[in-house]
Amino acid sequence: MRSLPGRSVSAAAPEPGESMARGQHHTHEARPVETLLSGRNLCFARSGRTILEAIDIDIGPRQIVTLIGPNGAGKTTLVRLLLGLAQPDHGIVRRKSGLVIGYAPQRLDIDRAIPLTVARFLKLGGASDPRNIERVLQEVGAERVAEQQLSFLSGGELQRVVLARALLRNSNLLVLDEPVRGVDYAGEAELYALIGRLRDTRGLSVLLVSHDLHVVMAKSDRVVCINRHVCCSGVPEAVARNPEYVRLFGPDAARAVAMYHHEHNHRHDLAGAPEPPHGGDAKRT
Amino acid sequence: MEALPMEPFLLRAIAAGLGLAVVAAPLGCFVVWQRMAYFGETVAQASLIGIALGLLLHADLTASALAVAVGVSVLLILLSRQRLVPLDSILGMLAHAALAVGVIAASLVRGPSLDLIGYLFGDIFAVSDADLIWVFGGGVVLLAALTALWQPLLAVAVHEELAAAEGIPCEWVKAAFVLLLALAIAVAMKIVGILLAIAFLIMPAVAARPLVSTPEAMALVAAAIAAVGVLAGLALSFGLDAPGGPSIVAVLAVLAGASLAATAVSTARS
Repeated sequence: MRSLPGRSVSAAAPEPGESMARGQHHTHEARPVETLLSGRNLCFARSGRTILEAIDIDIGPRQIVTLIGPNGAGKTTLVRLLLGLAQPDHGIVRRKSGLVIGYAPQRLDIDRAIPLTVARFLKLGGASDPRNIERVLQEVGAERVAEQQLSFLSGGELQRVVLARALLRNSNLLVLDEPVRGVDYAGEAELYALIGRLRDTRGLSVLLVSHDLHVVMAKSDRVVCINRHVCCSGVPEAVARNPEYVRLFGPDAARAVAMYHHEHNHRHDLAGAPEPPHGGDAKRT
Repeated sequence: MEALPMEPFLLRAIAAGLGLAVVAAPLGCFVVWQRMAYFGETVAQASLIGIALGLLLHADLTASALAVAVGVSVLLILLSRQRLVPLDSILGMLAHAALAVGVIAASLVRGPSLDLIGYLFGDIFAVSDADLIWVFGGGVVLLAALTALWQPLLAVAVHEELAAAEGIPCEWVKAAFVLLLALAIAVAMKIVGILLAIAFLIMPAVAARPLVSTPEAMALVAAAIAAVGVLAGLALSFGLDAPGGPSIVAVLAVLAGASLAATAVSTARS
């Protein structure tokens, strides 16, 4: 996998660490692959205020890329640029031909004035075959809500339904802006597990936006941390150790990530993956 | 009440009222969904300026009202892009400024003998054959456009950003909707008047909302409620010798109120 030419990528964790951390996927990432979606030198300003500055980002096939950053870092703006919902002042967004993006916006407040069942909402995205709708709802674990009114769904159900809409469009890239907003902690882990499964079974790429860090990072192949510019990027452990990241989120956040990975690797061990658990602190190499 | 005598003016009133009701109600659903009631109100009140211009230029009044309605819609869309003053303040300001200017302009053009009440509250019993052409011609255009644009309009109403990310040209869809709204208002003006046009559009949608679970059902039920409102309103108007437009709108208000009250009661019980 190619390296992101971020502005201040530190040498704290070299790229080869990546294949160690993600034993299951490193075969995909070892050889050069065509990126699905990339942004180069993206700059965006509004009313004289710089929101994004010289951002480079790539999303490769079957990759889960997580975009993190503090509030106001420009995460949603970057997503809007990548989706084509806004135009950058400078820079260029490239999409692989045939790319179909399934988008789950940060807020899906559906006005109750519009009577809308889940099934009808899914048809609005372009799905027409009811059996297909049923199958995809099953896949995301929301088969029971097909005939319910959209406005009555819980946060977690709504996110699953939006995922279903994206899948029904035969997307090859999911763009999920803070997908766990309004979801409780258990639901959060489940939702990320589902996203990971979708990547594995359907070969999808995923761009996740998040400001809560540890759970997300465990599922990510690559983390891009922005605060108007790219602060650092790389595999989750590398980003967690990066001084820029620690400065933005504090040492506790960095330790939380490492802790989570510790637990995460344990689970992999039980499942038979040959990855030994490593210490809670970032002294793996 | 005795059987209504089927005079030609009454038949024309029924035809115009029903013709408008059937197409205005589905459009009214989108006004409700898009929260554009006050937008429509402003466009409607501004069209009195169009009437004054039409009188001045000896042009077709519906056509000149339509032209001004479209112009005001474009102006409002442009004004809605600035963030310094909220849109509802701009609408609250412009709606009444336009009405004031329209009343002044109309009285200057025609003098004090002008039938201002007729323009403000409609004169359904004075509907002419030319008006019927507007109603049915406009109705066919509205219905065809609404059918063709239904999916994208609905997608934009449900979630604009999601629709945009899925490749729907949202700005064009919204612009088309605003044009259709201006057309419906201009045509409705003759029947229920400038001040009641928006109420006529949205009340059937409001009445239908608690009864339905899909957007398509809401449009159809709203059209049926509007038709009932027109017939009952005309009967009321004939029985009481009251003005037609206000009678229709009053009946629709009762229907909408009853529907919402029934829902409130059934929700409280469950």
